[in-house]
Formats: sequence, structure tokens, C-alpha cells
Amino acid sequence: MKQTTIGGNKKKVANLLAMVGLIIIFIAYMFPFIMVVINSLKQKRDIIKSPFSWLYTIKGLSFDNFVKAFTQMDFLNAFKNSLIVTVSATVLVTLLAAMLAYYIVRHNNLVSKVTFALMVASMIIPFQAIMIPLVSIYGGTLNVLNHRITLIFMHTGFSMAMSVFMFHGFIKGSVPIALEEAAYIDGCTHAQTFFKIVLPLLKPIISTMVILNALSFWNDFLLPSLVLTDKELLTLPLSTYSFYGTYSADYGTIMAGLLLCVIPILILYLVLQKQIISGVVSGAVK
Amino acid sequence: MKTKSNGKDFCMFALPGMFCFFAVLVVPFVYGVYLTLTDWNGVAKVKNFIGLKNFAGVMKDTQFWTSLLLTFKYVIVVVLLVNIIAFAVAYLLTRGIKGQNFFRAGFFTPNLIGGIVLGYIWQFVFSRVFVNIGEATGWKLFEVSWLSDPGKAFAALVLVSVWQLSGYMILIYVAGFMGLNEDVMEAASIDGATGWIKMTKIVLPLMMSSITICLFLTLSRAFMVYDVNLSLTGGAPYGTTEMAAMHVYEKAFTSRQFGVGQAEALILFIVVAIISGTQVYFTKKQEVEA
Repeated sequence: MKQTTIGGNKKKVANLLAMVGLIIIFIAYMFPFIMVVINSLKQKRDIIKSPFSWLYTIKGLSFDNFVKAFTQMDFLNAFKNSLIVTVSATVLVTLLAAMLAYYIVRHNNLVSKVTFALMVASMIIPFQAIMIPLVSIYGGTLNVLNHRITLIFMHTGFSMAMSVFMFHGFIKGSVPIALEEAAYIDGCTHAQTFFKIVLPLLKPIISTMVILNALSFWNDFLLPSLVLTDKELLTLPLSTYSFYGTYSADYGTIMAGLLLCVIPILILYLVLQKQIISGVVSGAVK
Repeated sequence: MKTKSNGKDFCMFALPGMFCFFAVLVVPFVYGVYLTLTDWNGVAKVKNFIGLKNFAGVMKDTQFWTSLLLTFKYVIVVVLLVNIIAFAVAYLLTRGIKGQNFFRAGFFTPNLIGGIVLGYIWQFVFSRVFVNIGEATGWKLFEVSWLSDPGKAFAALVLVSVWQLSGYMILIYVAGFMGLNEDVMEAASIDGATGWIKMTKIVLPLMMSSITICLFLTLSRAFMVYDVNLSLTGGAPYGTTEMAAMHVYEKAFTSRQFGVGQAEALILFIVVAIISGTQVYFTKKQEVEA
């Protein structure tokens, strides 16, 4: 009996230590964000004096930095651009990938096999191995750079392989063909069967793919930087980049600008935390 | 589903997706291989066929080999640290601690934010906050900004990458730990396996599938590091922190040597493919079923 209580205490102590350790690591992880929040409200001279000073005094605390960053970054416009690109590309890739995967699963012909094999193989190709010919083709030969639609099209193409792969696995595993056969007997066309019967069944995988794709489109820098140069079209990461280049010494404004970029995602994260985390996990584990 | 309208089906369901995939990925990839055999400078209308000269150019580009070597160093350190830290934190998190979900969500936050923004945030931390701590406490470590010293700038890049990636891997390891079979753990304890023995003989083999995934993800991400590299150090001081991916970009779009740049990109791709392929092959072999 005595043995068990000692064991129990030991476990309690170990758990307590684990908790303390976790809290310390956690604070260290959050430290950069805390610094941004504190300093976004301060003037440059106060920041240079001490980045921590907000803890002692509220002198010089103001929202001026936010106003300045908001206008200098052309935040609303960049936000709008990011939103248009992310939403369109996400909808497009989700729909097209689901349809293509459905075709591949249900048609076991040569085209299906070759396309699917190519897609799986292509997933290890890093973007850097494509970007130079990409610019050469779309910038030189076709001359279609600097259009939002080009970027949307490219985002769609680049995430097609991964999305098809995920949809393929899901359709194969959990969409019973009997349902479709029943629909055909009832007189549905192929299109009706897909949109009315199959697509609703794909809901769980759709939400996973929407989260994964939307996050990567929203945050992508390299591809948009190659496609868009027109100031009016810049997405949020691009306008952050050029904003930082101009104001890098104006710490307060910079911190406010960075915080502005982070806030929309954090709000979304607070609302959709569960879905985002399970989406990321299932996306990686597949 | 063999019907007469097979062709129509194909056009409706398969063609749009295939078109995007081929137009953006397959065609440029093949064209990219051809580009390495030409002397295109990004502007000229004519591309002359010059055989393997670009690959000779790669051989002579010492900066590329330096950056590749640096990338190797970076990848090794980042992959090890990320996985050790993430594994340990996930282990602590799954001991039945309160607030597990809160911690997990918090650690993941950096992965929601683009590398550009993260790099700038840390640039501020390194160049102002740490320096301020150094001034206040007199610690030599923080006296000058890490970003102005080649060795420390490299360490800074590693630190930020580990910070970002480990949150992601924690998610996967936590899922792995949660999936461990309770019965097996209990059986191991009854058989007298504790502490280190239990960890190495029971837990690690059962966690191998998570480890395979995490190693693969960290390897491929670390090799292709670009955003954080660009915004945190920009290759400075004096190009000493320029990773391979960044070098390829500079070669093509700044020096306008597209052929050489593309040849380097292909070499980088092959290196990454071989290394991550080998890793998956070997760690998959270690996987066991409970």
C-alpha cells in the first residue's frame, strides 16, 4: 500500500515538473509575439530605450503606428487582393481536384493511371525547380504575368497533385459505388450524381483540403512575388515585404504593420482552431 | 461506370484539373530541363543551344557549393533539433496534463503565419530586444545583434526555423502518442519495463510511423527554406547565410543566368529527392505494428 502512494506522489511531482517545463517553453515560444504587441503601441525612441518599457509606463502609448501602417501598407487593398486570390484558388482547386480524383477512381484506364502516377511523383518536386521555366513561359512566351487570374491558375495547378491524392484516398475508401449506381437507376446524369450524391459525401476531406490550401495560398510569398509586380495587385505578404523595405528603421510602425498581418489569421484560428488542427494532422499523416 | 459518354465524362471531370496540373507543373518541369541546355538570359528572344556548358558553370560557381554545404549543415541541425524538441514536448503534453489542447494550439501558431512576417518579427527580436537585454545585463552573448555576425546569424536562422517547425511536428507526435495502444503500454509496465527501457524498446518503435512523417516533412521543408532566410538575414552578413534555395533565386533573377540557375535548381531537387527517399525507405523499415 505504501508503495503505491509513493508511486502516486512521484507521478504527481513528475506531472507538476512537466507542467512547469511546458509553461516555460510556451512563454519562450510566445515571446516574439508578446514583443510585437507591446512595441506596436510605442514610439521609436521608447522602443530603442527599452523594448520592455510598456511594463512600467504608458507614456507614448498610442495607436498612431497602426494608422500609419494601415495607410502605408495599403492594408485594405492588399487584404482584398489576398482574399480574392485565396478564395478563388481554394474553390477552384477543391472542385477540380475532387472531380479529377473521382474520375481517376471510377475509371481505371491508362490516362487515369498515368496522370495519378505523375501527380504522386510530382509531389517531391520543390517549387524552386519549376519557378525559372515558369517565369520563362508565362512571362516571356505567353506574357500573362501581373494578372490576378494567372496567380490563381498557378496556385490551383501547384496544389492539384496533393489535393487529388487526398481526394483519391478518401473516395476510394469511403464513397460506396452502390449509391452512385442507385442514382443512375433513378435517372441521374453523371454530373447530377457527382454534385448531388458524391460531393456531399466528401465534406470531411473537403474541409481538410480547404484549410490546408487556403493557409498555404494566403501565406505564400515566392510564387506571388514572381507573378505580381503591379502595386495595385500585391497580396499581403508582398506588401509587407515592400513596406518593410521602406520603413525598416521605423520600429513602431513596423511592429504595428506586422501585427495587422497576423490578426486576421489569429481571429480565424480562434474560431476554427479544432478544424484547423485536425485538418493539418490528417493532411500530414496521409 | 463504363458508358457511351466516356469522352464527355473525361472532358468534364478530368480535363480541367489535368490541364492546370500539366500547364503549371509538368510542362515547366520538362521545359526547365531544356532550359539548362541553353544560354537564355531572361530577356533575349533567341535561346542558343550550348550543351552542358551550364553544368560546367555550376561546377565553377563556388558560391553555390558553399551555400549547398551550408544548407546541409542547416538541415542536419534543424531536423535533429525540431524532432527532438517536438517529440519531447509532445511526450510531456500527452501525460494527461491539463490544458493540453491550449498548449498544442499555441505551439502551432507560428505555422499559421507566413515566413516573411515571422522573419521580420524575429529580426526585431534579435536586433533590438536581445541587444537591449545585452546592454542591461552585460551578457556578452547579446551585446551585438546576432544578425551581424556570420556564425550567430546562422544560429539565429536555425533558432527561428526550429521555433516554427517544431510546433507543426508537435501536432503529429501528439497524434502519434494518443494513438499508442494502452494495452501494450500496460503490458510493458507489468513486465517491468520502465523509463528508458520502455521508451526505447516499446514507445519508439511504435512511434516510428510518426517519426517517418516528421523527418520527411522537416527534411523537405528545411532544404527549401526561403521566406525566413530572405526576411530574417537576407543572406547577410556578406552572403554567409545564403541557403541553396535563395542562391538559385539570386542566380536566375538577379544575376540573370537562367540556365545556370535552373541547372542548380535541378541539382538541388535531385539531392533532396535522394535524401528524403533514402530517409523514408530506412525509417519505414523500422516501423512495427502493435
